[in-house]
Amino acid sequence: MAPADRFRFPDLLGEATADIGSRPGRLVTTIVGTVLGIAALIATIGLAQTAAGQIARQFDANAATQLVVGPRTANTGGGATIAAGALPWDAVSRLERLAGIESAAVLAEVQLPEAVVTAVPVNDPSRPPSAPPPIYAASAELLDTVGGRLATGRFFDAGHDGRADRVAVLGIRAAERLGLQRVDTQPSVFIDGIAYAVLGVVGSADVRAELLNAVIVPTETARADFRLAAPGDVQARIAIGAGPQLRNQAALALAPDDPESLEVRAPDGRSELGRDVQADVNGVFLVLAVIVLLAGGVGIANVTMLSVMERVGEIGLRRAIGATGRQIAGQFVAESVVIGLLGGLIGAALGVFAVVVISVVRDWTPVVDPRVAVGGALLGAVVGLVAGGLPAHRAARIEPVDALRGGT
Amino acid sequence: MSDPATLPLPTTAPAIELRDVTRSFPGPPEVQALKGASVSVADGEYVSITGPSGSGKSTMLNILGLLDRPTVGEYRLGGVLTGVLDEDDRAAVRARHLGFVFQAFHLMSRRTALQNVLLPMLYNGTPRAEREPRAREALERVGLGHRTDFLPGTLSGGERQRVAVARAVASRPRVLLADEPTGNLDSARSAEIMNLFEELHADGLTLVVITHDEEVARRASRRIRLADGRVSEAG
Ligand SMILES: Nc1ncnc2c1ncn2[C@@H]1O[C@H](COP(=O)(O)OP(=O)(O)O)[C@@H](O)[C@H]1O
Ligand SMILES: [Mg+2]
Repeated sequence: MAPADRFRFPDLLGEATADIGSRPGRLVTTIVGTVLGIAALIATIGLAQTAAGQIARQFDANAATQLVVGPRTANTGGGATIAAGALPWDAVSRLERLAGIESAAVLAEVQLPEAVVTAVPVNDPSRPPSAPPPIYAASAELLDTVGGRLATGRFFDAGHDGRADRVAVLGIRAAERLGLQRVDTQPSVFIDGIAYAVLGVVGSADVRAELLNAVIVPTETARADFRLAAPGDVQARIAIGAGPQLRNQAALALAPDDPESLEVRAPDGRSELGRDVQADVNGVFLVLAVIVLLAGGVGIANVTMLSVMERVGEIGLRRAIGATGRQIAGQFVAESVVIGLLGGLIGAALGVFAVVVISVVRDWTPVVDPRVAVGGALLGAVVGLVAGGLPAHRAARIEPVDALRGGT
Repeated sequence: MSDPATLPLPTTAPAIELRDVTRSFPGPPEVQALKGASVSVADGEYVSITGPSGSGKSTMLNILGLLDRPTVGEYRLGGVLTGVLDEDDRAAVRARHLGFVFQAFHLMSRRTALQNVLLPMLYNGTPRAEREPRAREALERVGLGHRTDFLPGTLSGGERQRVAVARAVASRPRVLLADEPTGNLDSARSAEIMNLFEELHADGLTLVVITHDEEVARRASRRIRLADGRVSEAG
């Protein structure tokens, strides 16, 4: 006769779980460490994921659709860098012929370190000197390309640019610094004493937020007034996923005879979106969580050891009626694994709950990878497995004769 | 070796055979709890072992129950030499062929009578579907069919010991070993247990009962005396 149903897994599980709930008070103190450890781990990782998700939302939508071409800079050897190539003035129309380009604009920072920029014609020497706002030269498509929104007024158009009109648009912070809040009074800014009519104020931009600090003038105006030699960059808004293909085409379109002289910054393919935004897990919290979890493991080990000592009589009886040492050990290991799993489940639930609560308070979108939550629960079981090892080994080595002498 | 637990024990051999068994506990001082003891118990016999405290009764029962090993000498159970069995084999033999009844009952206090009786069947390969019917049958047998769902704490001493007997016989062992089964019971409860043993004996079970109660010992068909670790037969 084959030993048909000799202490199979269901029997093991049944014996291991039969007495777990019999002492709720002790069960709580046993699993509290594991619960807290797992909860802290899940919360730490979950909050990092949530924060990363928060960044990735903005990052993905904007950076994934932006392409920037500029001259490649070469190292001169003396530590300084020089531009290896230059962009043509008709860069925008060349780029716009390419499939996937939705809007493009040239942009250059005008280097006028000594420039005095004021909102009044007369320079007031009693005012404390402050660094002038940066001055950018741009084509009319800039606003659309960078996803800019006007706080007031309008942006200059191709006509202003073609005529090299003395007009300017201010970034909102530059406008605040210059004390210009309204444009219906047709104010001007004065760059080294020359007046430029302010057409509008840019309130926000999806990319190139530095524009909000700047005074922006048309490129032709900058060429005429500041002898701007070449556009600094071409900024383009592109279709999602067009990055890899445009990376090659853009350089060829702008510098057919020497595409290597240009540097194209384009987003990678769609699959890589967001991957660059690593969840920035707080190391200190992680270490603390692991320490609490270790303490939880020690807690389970202690209580399991106590349980072994209390149940010596039971162990002796089980051995007498035919349990092997291994089956006894298995029973105690299974018991501590179940306790650990229970702690892990509760801890994971608490951790997820904490992430949700903190996210709601901070007005974030909570992100918890389900694998992290499941992994947390399983980690609890692993803690139980490790913690149960030593007590189970002890239990297996108890001599039935000694155990039975005690009496239950 | 092949699993001895599954070998049919030959019925011609004595159920139990101790030959020149000595069990010494290394000291200091060294104690020889059994000194060259030889005992043979035929299949279906009902034997009592008596002797003063410390004479080696429990030591002998532990050896008979494969819970302990002789220091010297050999022990055959159903004709099979037990000295060569490893611990797992011995556990399997205990599970299939031996039943135990202890003075202290050794019931699990958080399990019902039925659950206690079910326990040995976890380990002896009783098919899952047969476990509960057998346990209920065993409880009926000891007159506790109406107490199946009681916890041991709510049962009287006599009832507890009957649950323990039910547990020992539910897995249908060949040999029942009892160490002072009536030691914690008054004489009326003792008589109940002894009646039960006689019924089991009548059904063909081999019984070895340790006691220091003359009344109890007289009920057995054969008596063995132990004194200072030495065996002497008594009519
Ligand atoms: N594990 C042990 N270690 C040392 N001495 C023991 C051990 N078990 C029993 N003894 C000794 O062996 C002798 C017989 O014990 P035991 O078989 O329990 O006697 P009984 O059951 O007849 O009262 C006693 O002297 C006892 O002290
Ligand atoms: Mg004794």
